[in-house]
Amino acid sequence: MSVRLITSAADRRLLDESRGTRAMTWIMAIMLFLTVLAAALGLGTLSAATLLDRQLAGRLTVQIVEPVEHSREAQTVAAMDALHRLPEVVKATEVGRAQLAELLRPWLGPDGADPDLPVPAMIDVDLGIGSDAAVARVTHAVMAAAPAARVDRHEAWMSPISRFMNLITWLAAGLVLLMAAATAAVVLLAARAGLETHRDTIEVLHMLGSTDVQVARLFQRRIALDTLFGGVLGTALAIGTVVLIGVQLTALGSDLLGGLDLSSRDWVLLGLFPIAFALLATVAARLAVLGVLRRNL
Amino acid sequence: MANIVQFENVGLRYGTGQETLSDVSFTLSTGSFYFLTGASGAGKTSLLKLLYLAQRPSRGLIRLFGEDAVTLPRKRLPGFRRRIGVVFQDFRLVPHLSAYDNIALPLRVSGVPESDVEAPVREMLAWVGLSDRVQAKPPTLSGGEQQRVAIARAVIGRPEILVADEPTGNVDPDMAERLLHLFDSLNRLGTTVVVATHDFHLLGRIPGAHMMRLDKGRLLDPTGSLRFPPVPLEDEA
Repeated sequence: MSVRLITSAADRRLLDESRGTRAMTWIMAIMLFLTVLAAALGLGTLSAATLLDRQLAGRLTVQIVEPVEHSREAQTVAAMDALHRLPEVVKATEVGRAQLAELLRPWLGPDGADPDLPVPAMIDVDLGIGSDAAVARVTHAVMAAAPAARVDRHEAWMSPISRFMNLITWLAAGLVLLMAAATAAVVLLAARAGLETHRDTIEVLHMLGSTDVQVARLFQRRIALDTLFGGVLGTALAIGTVVLIGVQLTALGSDLLGGLDLSSRDWVLLGLFPIAFALLATVAARLAVLGVLRRNL
Repeated sequence: MANIVQFENVGLRYGTGQETLSDVSFTLSTGSFYFLTGASGAGKTSLLKLLYLAQRPSRGLIRLFGEDAVTLPRKRLPGFRRRIGVVFQDFRLVPHLSAYDNIALPLRVSGVPESDVEAPVREMLAWVGLSDRVQAKPPTLSGGEQQRVAIARAVIGRPEILVADEPTGNVDPDMAERLLHLFDSLNRLGTTVVVATHDFHLLGRIPGAHMMRLDKGRLLDPTGSLRFPPVPLEDEA
């Protein structure tokens, strides 16, 4: 199926340009603005979720929950020794008492720094590969060295956030598809209205031997250009908005929200939306016009 | 001479009303000139519509260029229509296109390169006396000028059949004669011409032309040679 966009100047004059209000351009600008925003949100959450998964996949926290201080310290040393012997462990760092007190401050206030408070010892572990088998081996070795140890995967704590981000990504993808469907529907209505407006001209063209494809080409070209111009405008505004939101997020300094970043590939993808929608509009216009014309003699 | 058009027992009914055309049978020979006459409402325009494939008959057989036009697939209609030039009674010019662009339409529809469009269009404009109205748009043209543009558009593609519905209705006698001369010239080049007209004065201008007379949807004189002067029917007089 040919979707030729370029027609001669004479062909372009065939449809009376002054009759249309060119509302299509503005409608397409709004559609593309919303679509690109949804797509940017989806790409951002996808990148954040991927980053989070990558960061958390091999991270563990070992707690030595032992109320007797010297036993806790002995088990901590034993656990550290065991961890350092394991090839899966890239890094194992004991969290210092001062740092623990800082972490407890929101809940316990300055009492968290009380040396008599039996706070579990904590070891931050980074595994090269965060597979289930590796985690199981590490857990087994730590438990053997320190019976009071408890091993927690970071992944387990953060998985609701990761799931939420994935949900947002899918929701954004759904929105993009819905907007594409709505665009096709708008084009369909516009093409039918255009056919009605230019009914006399089309009838003359048919009587002179014009084919349905020739007539469809006139409409698809006009609708494609309206979509492209409106799309470029809407996409530019949406990209400006995304950049502005990005600046605001950076200013927040949040590690989690900092992951909502778009790669250069994502920006290129967003920039391709007007072209993709123009092609979609071209095909929708062609099918709509051919569908209507086929019902006439 | 071979038949370019053949109608056999053709009937045409719009909706559920009475038949507009009934049992119409005739043949048109290639390269001949025909006048189609009849009172208003006799069915001339309907017959022409069947001829230029704007309408399919309710019954009967129509053969055009040796092929069955009744069952002709829709996708083959454009090819047939390009071989037929039509002057519509209401001109049907595209109002937002200039006289030049209106006349150029059949060539452009047929895919003639733009470089080969200008010369024949200007020649036709000169022929119909509109060289000074090249860029004029139909709403700014008089009825007669619009009719001349419509005629130029119909003949520019050198059609095999030219169908004209009251082509001289809005022009003065001099211009009517010039236009008829143009039709005659085309006819001499091999185009089969069918002119529907009320104007009995025109009939004598083309020697050797045939006349078909319609009355209440029936053809009275399918292949009659033109009589001079033709005797009008009571309701045509």
